[in-house]
Amino acid sequence: MHEVALAEAIVDLVRDQARRDAFARVRSIRIAVGALSHVEPRALEFGFEAVSRGTVADGAKLVVERPSGEGWCTDCNATVQILANGAPCPRCGGHRWVLTAGDELRVVDLEVD
Amino acid sequence: MCGICGCDQPETGHRVHEGHEHDHEHAHPHHHHHHPHDRAHDPHGAHTHDAPHESRVVTVQRDILEKNDRFAAVNRRLFAAARTLALNLVSSPGSGKTTLLVRTLRELRARAPLAVIEGDQQTSLDADRIRATGVPAVQINTGKMCHLDASMISEALGTLPPPERGVLFIENVGNLVCPAGFDLGEAGKVVLASVTEGEDKPRKYPDMFHAARVVLVTKVDLLPHLELDVAALEANVRSVNPRAQVLRVSAQTGEGFAAWLSWIDAALREVEAA
Repeated sequence: MHEVALAEAIVDLVRDQARRDAFARVRSIRIAVGALSHVEPRALEFGFEAVSRGTVADGAKLVVERPSGEGWCTDCNATVQILANGAPCPRCGGHRWVLTAGDELRVVDLEVD
Repeated sequence: MCGICGCDQPETGHRVHEGHEHDHEHAHPHHHHHHPHDRAHDPHGAHTHDAPHESRVVTVQRDILEKNDRFAAVNRRLFAAARTLALNLVSSPGSGKTTLLVRTLRELRARAPLAVIEGDQQTSLDADRIRATGVPAVQINTGKMCHLDASMISEALGTLPPPERGVLFIENVGNLVCPAGFDLGEAGKVVLASVTEGEDKPRKYPDMFHAARVVLVTKVDLLPHLELDVAALEANVRSVNPRAQVLRVSAQTGEGFAAWLSWIDAALREVEAA
């Protein structure tokens, strides 16, 4: 359950942002969880609900976006869709690709009042 | 002052999981809820306390792991300054990380300065086993946590400085899932797969094997007693990570240790030359 640690990191980040932007309540937190990041969104939501209690993020809705995986295949010389870590290139079936997107783990924005 | 999170402790060796978070709570400003806007937007006096507040959007675009990654960057700088090769050992529980380490330390001790950071949820049993080899070790108990993070390593480096021109082994919590996502500042992840775990582990847990710089197939002395197809296991590693070096070893018989130790030697030379 490293998702709890990540949920705590989100709350820390929101708390820090509250100091910078002077808000007292957060309605929603939009996060980008890449399809190839090491995170299970449902576990993250569960952990967030528990660790945000009593903080500035208490009651905020976690809106999860899931950018898909994208890689550069050095055999095809092309950008290809990557469905999982270690999955073959969908064009040539090879494994010589480098991930270019889809492993991000980012707080995008907050809806606050 | 700590440049990572702005607390008043040095960057290494500070108590991240106790005092540290506490400090942040104290720094948290108090917000007084006067809500002057409610009235301003309500010229007809129809205001009720249930009226929705105006909301606004604050752009953030910050990495959720930014705090971990800041600590990892500090660790990496410390390792580079001391020319330390830091290796992060990960596997399922019971794959033989500690046994492999004990033999590795005994064989490597005369050739380079060594140190070990041990991560477990509870007990100092592993650090005790390591110290019996004469190599300094620090035990981190993660409590309920399923992985080591970079701040725990920073804290440990406060009591156990990186060995100069030597090797720091970090034995992670036995877990083939969570430690994959946390950069500790290491030069590479060493993933262990024991022959008793079957051929499919790399395909069932691709994230971890994908992150490996070297994969050690451990306990190969048991192969005569098993039906495992070790070539299939190695092919599965390559299918999720064609870049990783795959080595077969036995900490019982010493089989494969020459190749494993020369891999460490080469990695150490790389760090020294950097």
